[in-house]
Amino acid sequence: MRNFNYHLARDVADAAAKIIASEDGKLMAGGMTLIPTLKQRLASPDDVIDLGAIAGLKGIAREGDEIVIGAMTTHAEVAASDIVRSAIPALAEMAGGIGDPAVRHRGTIGGSTANADPAADYPGGIVGLGASIVTNTRKIAGDEFFTGLFETALESGEIITQVRFPIPRKAHYLKFRHPASGYAVVGVMVARTASGVRVGVTGAGPSAFRASAFEAALSKDFNAGAIGNLELSADGLLNDIHFSGEYRAHVAGVFIRRCVAAML
Amino acid sequence: MPIAVKLTINGKEASANVEPRTLLVEMIREHLRLTGTHVGCDTTQCGCCVVHLDGKAVKSCTMLAVQANGRAVTTIEGLASPDGKLHPMQEAFREHHGLQCGFCTPGMVMMGVDIARRLPGADEKTVRQELEGNLCRCTGYQGIVNAILSVVNPGAVKAHH
Repeated sequence: MRNFNYHLARDVADAAAKIIASEDGKLMAGGMTLIPTLKQRLASPDDVIDLGAIAGLKGIAREGDEIVIGAMTTHAEVAASDIVRSAIPALAEMAGGIGDPAVRHRGTIGGSTANADPAADYPGGIVGLGASIVTNTRKIAGDEFFTGLFETALESGEIITQVRFPIPRKAHYLKFRHPASGYAVVGVMVARTASGVRVGVTGAGPSAFRASAFEAALSKDFNAGAIGNLELSADGLLNDIHFSGEYRAHVAGVFIRRCVAAML
Repeated sequence: MPIAVKLTINGKEASANVEPRTLLVEMIREHLRLTGTHVGCDTTQCGCCVVHLDGKAVKSCTMLAVQANGRAVTTIEGLASPDGKLHPMQEAFREHHGLQCGFCTPGMVMMGVDIARRLPGADEKTVRQELEGNLCRCTGYQGIVNAILSVVNPGAVKAHH
């Protein structure tokens, strides 16, 4: 790891000022991706700005029909939260399946969301549940947040403060865990909401996306029969040494059906 | 530029001047000379470096030392009583032969204590899932799982053959 200047941000405004002032800086949330990236010298920033001491970024609350999770809330806290478990058990389940217990004690929802790893779980949960991302400057719809491989709608100096999840009538998350890394080869979040059915898919493509044809069929009639022989197109899906795009598309279709069956 | 990091380690105050890039495990092993915490993979996978940060299991190879400033860290050296009496989890590893070469053992024991804290009464399947981030290259998992089970759920331990 190359050396860098370490800055402990006092608050979000301080972190934003420091990241803007840095020529080549990185924000650090839980560090579960950043620190391994620094070790491999895939990134060698001049400045690392640590968000770890900003108390206002932690916590989980129910506000009306939404569950609001502070950006620096850890996966372990989301998984164990009574508020999340009673309102959106699928989200607690998803958070409890990220990495391993030690990683879940450090990794955060804001960090995972901002990093936008194609195989991370949170992007699938955010897109599938129709969550929105609140930053220090605005609110971004989850559908518009993940724009490509490790690419998001965040502007420079923009810092995630909250992720807000509307409470669905019911939801279910399933992932095909990569046996070595634990990352999602394919992860599927199916949600029944007041405005129809949502299907978020992570792991399969360069960024999380909605399976719209499945959503349309399931919104009309929520059962596996309604999907019929519908398949996800493999066009544009990830094709790597582990799994082909065709395989990922197939697994996504199977997992959507399994989610539906689990929700009936 | 060195940074002064002060923390509580195994109940005692300690401090060291470290670089920003110094990992917590490097501070523990090289500055504080507590070498019970091991570095196996250095890539967040093997769990040999697991310590407790304010009572929760973390991988000390994937934290900067400066992130532990002002916090309480417990390592394998801090589990036994000052008179040398083993912690119940250490005693369970001895009893159930939860170690072969011993390299992964400090992390396994620290994770075992964390599992016992969070999941009293856990079944064997849960204990195995919770060991997702701790690897034993001797593949001695049966003894490790039995040792942890004997603390969290004694009735679930399989009989010795």
